[in-house]
Amino acid sequence: MNTTLKAALLTATALTGTAAWAETELNALFMAQAAYSEDDIRAMTASFEEANPDVKVNLEFVPYEGLHDKTVLSMGSGGGYDVVLFDVIWPAEYAQNGVLVDVTGKITDEMKSGILPGAWTTVDYEGASYGMPWILDTKYLFFNKEMLSKAGIDTPPATWADLTAAAQKIKDAGIVEYPIAWSWAQAEAAVCDYTTLLSAFGGEFIKDGAPAFQSGGGLEALDYMAASMEAGLTNPNSKEFLEEDVRAVFQNGDAAFALNWTYMYNLANASDESSVKGKVGVVAAPGVEGVSEHSAVNGSMGLGITATSQHPDEAWNYIVHMTSQPVQNAYARLSLPIWASSYTDPEVTAGQEELIKAAGEGLAVMYPRPMTAKYQEMSMALQQGIQEALLGMATPQEALEAAAENSGL
Amino acid sequence: MFTDRLTFRAWLLMLPLVAVMVAVVGWPLVDTLRLSFTDARLVGTGGEGVGLENYARMLGSRNFRSALWATLTFSVWSVGAELVLGVLVGLLLNQRFYGRTLLRALMILPWALPTVVNATLWRLIYNPEYGALNAALTQLGLIDAYQSWLGQPGTAMTALIVADVWKNFPLVALISLAALQAVPRDIQAAAVSDGANAWRRFRHVTLPYLVGPLMVALVLRTIEAFKVFDLIWIMTRGGPANSTRSLSLLVYQEAFAFQRAGSGASLALIITLIITVLAIGYLALMRRAAGQGS
Repeated sequence: MNTTLKAALLTATALTGTAAWAETELNALFMAQAAYSEDDIRAMTASFEEANPDVKVNLEFVPYEGLHDKTVLSMGSGGGYDVVLFDVIWPAEYAQNGVLVDVTGKITDEMKSGILPGAWTTVDYEGASYGMPWILDTKYLFFNKEMLSKAGIDTPPATWADLTAAAQKIKDAGIVEYPIAWSWAQAEAAVCDYTTLLSAFGGEFIKDGAPAFQSGGGLEALDYMAASMEAGLTNPNSKEFLEEDVRAVFQNGDAAFALNWTYMYNLANASDESSVKGKVGVVAAPGVEGVSEHSAVNGSMGLGITATSQHPDEAWNYIVHMTSQPVQNAYARLSLPIWASSYTDPEVTAGQEELIKAAGEGLAVMYPRPMTAKYQEMSMALQQGIQEALLGMATPQEALEAAAENSGL
Repeated sequence: MFTDRLTFRAWLLMLPLVAVMVAVVGWPLVDTLRLSFTDARLVGTGGEGVGLENYARMLGSRNFRSALWATLTFSVWSVGAELVLGVLVGLLLNQRFYGRTLLRALMILPWALPTVVNATLWRLIYNPEYGALNAALTQLGLIDAYQSWLGQPGTAMTALIVADVWKNFPLVALISLAALQAVPRDIQAAAVSDGANAWRRFRHVTLPYLVGPLMVALVLRTIEAFKVFDLIWIMTRGGPANSTRSLSLLVYQEAFAFQRAGSGASLALIITLIITVLAIGYLALMRRAAGQGS
């Protein structure tokens, strides 16, 4: 073969190669903290691109706090993303405003029967599905086994009252100054902790269309938070902590207990950056005697296709890949799969039996934050109320009554 | 209108610029004004005219009053401290001493940092568990327990102001230094030989040269402080208990978090109006000061 021919062939191959590669470009928006790591998401995406060489996926990562606004903003300016990660609290708003495509017809029987029933509540609104559940998550109670045994505590707390008693014992023994760490900064994280407690005390957010968190279990939940702060059992800096701050404090050995998402288990218990490696225990968040056995907030997230996407079919294929059982099993270290049969698969459970047991109890009682298009407004009013009570600017009752008034409901 | 060919040609040459200004400033402003009288949402339905309802609702809300108060507190203290510190440092850097050039270069650094970097840096310094401020104050024996600087309404605002002052006083110092270089040496020498003390020399010789440039700094810094968003967004996100939520954060919350583009636009225009009134007031002051100076 002469050189000219070789060059022509090479050029032709290169050209067709490039053309085939760049046929479709998808833009996807993810978050940069908790659950799967950025590296995990990049690796999952790379395996999709390998199997679909004509599709390229551009990934963008933002902190959780920017995910909602970035999605809505890009829609307001004519689109930009094909696939977006969304929190369990947004489907109502997104559905009513036409942000996401209704994918009910695309969901196969295999998906319907294989995925845990509770996971669907993440993406469903008024009988339609607006995406696929992807991250199945709730807040768990993490504890430092060494500190508990030093204080002579044999079993982790089963009720919130037990937690108070155990924390007091640890504080009195001088093992750690502030035994409990929470994420109570003025952010959604505080509402998640509050929801966990509200569910334990049998409270309700909305009743007959009106706010109902300002009395009963909702009030008892904030009373508990304020009392724990007041007694010095809770780290006072919790009121400016987000989840990553809680993890930093806990894995630095400065807390005996912490409420956090799944991802903290392996990072605090197995990674070298943690000074409490091998000493981390996890259980489902406690309950309240006579009311509940465990408590949990539905903190799951889904993947959806935006209404402005020019490539909804490719976007759906990408979502199917990301939520498929083999992919989820392979990356189950930071986020547990949505597939029921994964929980008996040794490949998934090995080394994290404690977490799987806690998940079995917690995921079953996940409490939803209210499905309302005005969720953002209600949440911000609640965040302010929670902080006012924690700072002693108002009693829990006054703070929640003001929040109810401000909630836009 | 065009009295001669020269004026006509001048207008012709300015036309592209006028067109650009209309496109990038005029049109968005008019569109914002239109939006502010509607119930437009960011996505989905909405967009009907509602008259002055957005303005009435915003101006009457508790959120607006608390945000206005937070914005005023932040602006007055930040700008005030930046001016005083800026002039003092400007005076210092105008003296002859060893290492002056290096110090001048170093001083610019905080101002050259992007606000995002500055805010992140200060958030680390204020970190309640591992922050440098807590460590330093504890070692000096000034506090006996680590404090949550950004978690208390009282200290959070002060902490924000300190971060803003640290970043922005170099600009005022730089402007002061430039103005000080223009003070004629012979007048200073004459004042010294007339027996004027340092304060009188500053008050009657130096200050008149500083007033004009400082008014420019004052206008620039006030407008920027009044619009503050990124610093607060990164350091406290308006918390704790909304004590540091500025007007710009409120606009963002209305327009993007709650998706109420219409009322967000009305609030943005209210802020624009307040800033315009402030700027006009300052300009009047500046003219008076210039009149006195000459």
